[in-house]
Amino acid sequence: MSNQFAIDIQGVSKRYGKDVQALDEVSLQVRPGELFGLIGPDGAGKTTLIRILATLLLADEGQATVDGWDVRKDYKQIRRNVGYMPGRFSLYQDLSVEENLTFFATIFGTTIRENYDLIRDIYGQLEPFRTRKAGKLSGGMKQKLALSCALIHKPSVLFLDEPTTGVDAVSRHEFWEMLQRLRQKGITILVSTPYMDEASLCERVALIQKGRILSIDTPANIVGSFDKPLLAIRTDDMYRLINDLRQFESTHSAYPFGDYVHLALDGPIWAEAVHAYLVGKEHTGIEIKPAEVTIEDSFMELMSKE
Amino acid sequence: MLPAITADKLTKRFGDFTAVNQITFEVKKGEIFGFLGANGAGKTTAIRMLNGLSRPTAGKAQVAGFDVYRQTEKIKRRIGYMSQKFSLYEDLTVRENIQFYGGIYGLPLAEIRRQMKQLVAGLGMEPYARNLVKSLPLGWRQKLAFSISIMHNPEIVFLDEPTGGVDPITRRQFWEMIYKAANEGMTVFVTTHYMDEAEYCNRVSIMADGRIAALDTPHALKEQFHATSMNDVFLNLTRPGRQAS
Repeated sequence: MSNQFAIDIQGVSKRYGKDVQALDEVSLQVRPGELFGLIGPDGAGKTTLIRILATLLLADEGQATVDGWDVRKDYKQIRRNVGYMPGRFSLYQDLSVEENLTFFATIFGTTIRENYDLIRDIYGQLEPFRTRKAGKLSGGMKQKLALSCALIHKPSVLFLDEPTTGVDAVSRHEFWEMLQRLRQKGITILVSTPYMDEASLCERVALIQKGRILSIDTPANIVGSFDKPLLAIRTDDMYRLINDLRQFESTHSAYPFGDYVHLALDGPIWAEAVHAYLVGKEHTGIEIKPAEVTIEDSFMELMSKE
Repeated sequence: MLPAITADKLTKRFGDFTAVNQITFEVKKGEIFGFLGANGAGKTTAIRMLNGLSRPTAGKAQVAGFDVYRQTEKIKRRIGYMSQKFSLYEDLTVRENIQFYGGIYGLPLAEIRRQMKQLVAGLGMEPYARNLVKSLPLGWRQKLAFSISIMHNPEIVFLDEPTGGVDPITRRQFWEMIYKAANEGMTVFVTTHYMDEAEYCNRVSIMADGRIAALDTPHALKEQFHATSMNDVFLNLTRPGRQAS
């Protein structure tokens, strides 16, 4: 059972029915203490992979270990040693905040007091509401309670399935701050998210799409591997701008990015040449500058190569 | 030109609780207007008043030139609405959904047939027109839902978190559809708490505690708050204990 990785996934595949290949030979390794992001849209296979690791679902093919334990043979040990926060809020809505936490502590043979240190940061914010029913909490507070419950038995590995989906930007920010602090306590964290901007908050990420891994690396390296010149362009008419840029002869891709369009070019083209082209198309208010490559640029480039 | 939406000190109270507190703003015709705010800031209540679903406690508002107190049925005919959670019937096919909504919107049969062709072709969905909606990938469903929400050519379309969880390429195709609709004169009113979407809007309002805390172009808001992204602007305005500059 010795294994240098906290999570080791080798060639895992999973199919639902005849048509849906949820995971297609996925391999990835997460190091002990790492904050690892699984980044991809709905339907990419994130939940399936996490459920296989949490021993709630069996893979059709391939092997996986968590903390050195095999997900098939050693599921009991895994269940004792990992924390799992599912995507859907799954606490008891009719129990109070404190009752939910006590329940999870008891199931794992521990008490709130014993591991209070680990959740102090998170649960502390909920204590003023500890008699409130879980179903009556706001989205951000539900999320904090769910995280507290997943942590109360001091797991070595924590699985978080889309913890920030549907949560506002403020709570999202606070949640990631909590994860950074948990990481410092040595817990290995595998977190999934459909929001690309959260990738930069992880040490390493796997970009996943349609059951296949597109890339595994640090966010900086993924962004750095984007190998085309990239310009950020805006004019007074964004809709026409996108369409015109797609007609430009050196365009590799043109996608709206906030109030700019990101233009990836097939060769080293001067910004002046693009400017002249847009002037020729009677655009006004033209602004062209080098673009900072984001994870989304990389993701889309990798997607279109598949 | 008359604005698409005007709100003047629009207010909604539930008992002692003021959910929407004297909000005043205008949305121009053909504008893509982002309506942001933290959970519980009052966005949903405000939208329900603008859609004619909830009667304001005080203040004035007009949508597509009609009064939100007295002319709610006229408003409902001139708006489209799409939410992330529910828009299409999953157990109906693509064609059946188009037929159903066409009927609800009161479109003549010939117009429904015309739209059926145009809409399905526009989305490149001909091979799937007779498939159940639930068998489609999420991104396609969302694009279909948007097309259907504007098939009666409303003056204003309300989009409630339209692209959550969608892959980045499909998400951009979706926004290009929004740009196209706005380019043709439709007013687009979008709520989202994902800040990258805020940057696609012409102007953005940010609600906090029932009030509009800021309203401007994303560009101007970023300058005003010395922020590099709308995310920073948002945190600056809505985080407890922080004061807006």
